[in-house]
Amino acid sequence: MAEIHLANVGHSYEKKPASLDDYAVRPMEMVWEDGGAYALLGPSGCGKTTLLNIISGLLTPTQGRVLFDGQDVTHLPPEKRNIAQVFQFPVLYDTMTVFDNLAFPLRNRGVDESQVRRRVHEIAELLDLTRDLKRRASGLSADAKQKISLGRGLVRSDVAAILFDEPLTVIDPHMKWLLRSKLKEIHQQFKLTLIYVTHDQTEALTFADQVVVMHEGAVVQIGTPQELFEKPRHTFVGYFIGSPGMNLIPVRLEGDALVTDSTPIPVDPAAIQRLSGREKLTVGIRPEFLGYSPAPQPNGVPARIQRVENLGTFKIAVAQVGEQTVKAKIPEKQPISPGDGWLIFPPEQTLLYQNDEMV
Amino acid sequence: MEKTKNNRAWFLVLPVVISVSFSAIIPLMTVVNYSVQDIFGPGQRVWVGKEWYVDAVRDADLHAALLRNLLFSFEALLIEIPLGVFLALRMPAKGKWASLALVLIALPLLIPWNVVGTIWQIFGRADIGLGGYFLNSTLGIPYNYTLNARDAWYTILVMDIWHWTPLVALLAYAGLRAIPDAYYWAARIDAASNWAIFRFIQLPKLRGVLLIAVLLRFMDSFMIYTEPFVVTGGGPGNATTFLSIFLSKLAVGQFDLGPAAAFSLIYFLLIQVFSYIFFTTIRNIGRGDTA
Amino acid sequence: MELQLESIRKVVGGQVYLYEMSLALKPGLNVLLGPTTAGKTTLMRLMAGLEQPTSGRILLDGQDVTRLPVKKRNVAFVYQQFINYPNLTVFENIASPLRIRGGLSKTALRERVEATARMMRIHDLLDRLPAALSGGQQQRTAIARALVKETGLLLMDEPLVNLDYKLREELRIEMQNIFDSRDAIVVYSTTEPVEALMLGGTVFVLDQGRLLQSGPVLEVYHHPDTQRVGEIFSDPPMNLLDARLEEGQLRLADGQRFPATSHMAGLLPGAYRIGVRPNHVTTAPTGPSSVAVPGVVELAEISGSETFLHTATAPGPDGSPGKLVAQLEGVHRFELGQPTTLYMDPDQLYLFDMEGKLAAAPERIWEEAV
Repeated sequence: MAEIHLANVGHSYEKKPASLDDYAVRPMEMVWEDGGAYALLGPSGCGKTTLLNIISGLLTPTQGRVLFDGQDVTHLPPEKRNIAQVFQFPVLYDTMTVFDNLAFPLRNRGVDESQVRRRVHEIAELLDLTRDLKRRASGLSADAKQKISLGRGLVRSDVAAILFDEPLTVIDPHMKWLLRSKLKEIHQQFKLTLIYVTHDQTEALTFADQVVVMHEGAVVQIGTPQELFEKPRHTFVGYFIGSPGMNLIPVRLEGDALVTDSTPIPVDPAAIQRLSGREKLTVGIRPEFLGYSPAPQPNGVPARIQRVENLGTFKIAVAQVGEQTVKAKIPEKQPISPGDGWLIFPPEQTLLYQNDEMV
Repeated sequence: MEKTKNNRAWFLVLPVVISVSFSAIIPLMTVVNYSVQDIFGPGQRVWVGKEWYVDAVRDADLHAALLRNLLFSFEALLIEIPLGVFLALRMPAKGKWASLALVLIALPLLIPWNVVGTIWQIFGRADIGLGGYFLNSTLGIPYNYTLNARDAWYTILVMDIWHWTPLVALLAYAGLRAIPDAYYWAARIDAASNWAIFRFIQLPKLRGVLLIAVLLRFMDSFMIYTEPFVVTGGGPGNATTFLSIFLSKLAVGQFDLGPAAAFSLIYFLLIQVFSYIFFTTIRNIGRGDTA
Repeated sequence: MELQLESIRKVVGGQVYLYEMSLALKPGLNVLLGPTTAGKTTLMRLMAGLEQPTSGRILLDGQDVTRLPVKKRNVAFVYQQFINYPNLTVFENIASPLRIRGGLSKTALRERVEATARMMRIHDLLDRLPAALSGGQQQRTAIARALVKETGLLLMDEPLVNLDYKLREELRIEMQNIFDSRDAIVVYSTTEPVEALMLGGTVFVLDQGRLLQSGPVLEVYHHPDTQRVGEIFSDPPMNLLDARLEEGQLRLADGQRFPATSHMAGLLPGAYRIGVRPNHVTTAPTGPSSVAVPGVVELAEISGSETFLHTATAPGPDGSPGKLVAQLEGVHRFELGQPTTLYMDPDQLYLFDMEGKLAAAPERIWEEAV
């Protein structure tokens, strides 16, 4: 177990990075606490896998240092770092049995055979693989194979962290939640440091205590799932997390009020006070927090309801506010129909962004 | 997965059926025809039934050629397959050196068979050949492939290895490149030694291409003709008279068309049988693998 | 225009791909909903003429087209995989079906291609090759190629399944607008209930080669004929609890009883299975009649806007583990193994008989008012 510290770590695939744009991972300072369950979330190409490979040692960063419990491991190869990694596609030694697959990392490190047998049986029990121990690994289903890959990481008692690179990609949808709960259970039981890379919000938010959201090579927010949902610190987080994502309405400052196409949007005056400039202002509100009323209300904004999608469990109202399209999630029992109405912006959940950063 | 019943599908394979019958079946039937007759000249022939077959099966020279050929194929495979895999493992995976290595290694494959024979014929000569001269004069090893049966044998073997190991290497190289990086990463994280990586990742993943390599090399070496014909002409004595050389002596040299035809068919069957055995054995090694 | 499939069946090598079924498809959106191996793709291939049914007839406007080969039919097909011609630009990809058919002037062709590209929002990419596009753009191109022909029958086989969720959200909305604007029979297959609900139209619920139910999307959603339809048309699947109806009371596996009122009144006593959608399971009582179900947290799945709380409840009489899943608005944190009580509102319960047929469905009074 270890705390992992990335000190000013950055990586570029270019030989001579000229600007920050050439970095796949922009220089960053970051600490992964011992025993934390982290998810590294972002769209493809945001640098998350690069960052993961820097931690595991498959990649040496262009700059900065990687510290495990204060010890510099930047130039140590993966086998010397006590790291386990589970890849997108199950990696198995096809010709070996499940038992030998699980025993492999221990035998390579010269652990004595009775110890190996004990550990393998423990881990197999944990992952429900005991019945398959004598079978050949290659004949198993995708989820069993991925469990073996995971087991090869868990079998070592000395791992500093287990890294996951989109490990559920090839798993059947109805098997996914079982593996997710298995991972959670393992984390709770062993308090291992786990870092889980994914582009899927459900996977990240379900798995992690702390979610690290990456966008264009930079970390834009680190927070609990709740924080990311309720208080996204960056417009990208608001957009990327949630289905549908946060409504982002470009606004201008006119006097003390924020307006979009001459329609004023109610925002906490204290937030407006804190503004340091007037450029690139955005109001963000999640569809879940918007209310609807057919008549004027405090914090209401006149809107034209264009379409209502009834999704059975709730409705999505697509509305026009000024020139902007805004979505509101309406409970299934509340009547709503196309036409003129009012959208209610509750002040606590209406957030203001300046240059994409929350004010 | 799903098939539509449609009789017109037959028309689509008809061209193949026709071309195969012209290119393979009809010539083969001519051979079958010859193998059951004794031919004295145009229009003069006598039906002999299975006599040529019985003769061929009992022919001591043929037995010797068959054993010689089997031994040769065995030795060639034993050296070429591991050597080819070894070379493939040593070749650079990417970058400009990779393409250079590929071109260099493929070079022997681009040379026509008879030219290969001629090169080695000259190369091995003690008077003007670099190799022969080096062995005799520099190392002091008496070497003469035209007189010494053992020398002739090794000359042909080394030549075959030089000529065909590159093919094995190229196949193995392609197979190695198809292994996803994640396997190597996982192995590094599992602290696997290089030998373990070879034994548990590379070799299992190469099984498919090695099967093809073994088959190709076996069939080719079992049918070897041009190179020994150019270098030694089957000699000294019968030391390098392989089956195909034996056959051509029979058919062209002595013009014994009947026995030659019977023998051709036996030869053909032999290759089929051996290939089948190889194929099923290798496929059954580690059955159930997805590689 | 109408496409009718009359008692069609598809058997391949002794294996039944589709059991006998009849469907009538009208212009507008027709959604085939069902899990993988339900037979959706096979059905669409029959509609397209890529395959012939083992028995039965396919009629287009009353005319038998069962044996008519695909190239003689007026049909377009979009697949899961992004299929484009790799050596043609986006423009040429979209133009290809028009060129094959011919008969359009150069300017007319250009106009058609550009209009379609604009609709799919790829009009800035017309000169690029497919390899230089993102997955979403590639699928947009494939869809544009299917739309440009303006065929009477447009088949889309899980077109969004290989895109990541943000793109899926965006394209889903655009699709709706596109489908609304044309007069074709659109057949769209999906495994996701949400997608079916979002797209609307008529839904055909399929499972293991059988057509289970069809009708307007919301009607089928709220009135599943069988327990299986309820399970398929709900994500996460509908919760199912064994219960007995005795003397006007429902008794759960853990022994607790509550009155079977309103829509459940008047049913014959006996064994039933209660069906309740996860969104009608709550962490706090919704009224005085709410039924409390104690359990232990197994996992809280967080989808971004919602939390799916999986709990283990009292085992059934046969010892099988009890399960209850709640769909909660917003993001919430639960510890694994934490004891918790979930509540069900009796007014929201479905009852199925032991054969899986619907016995009672919740009334939806507020909808009549709209």
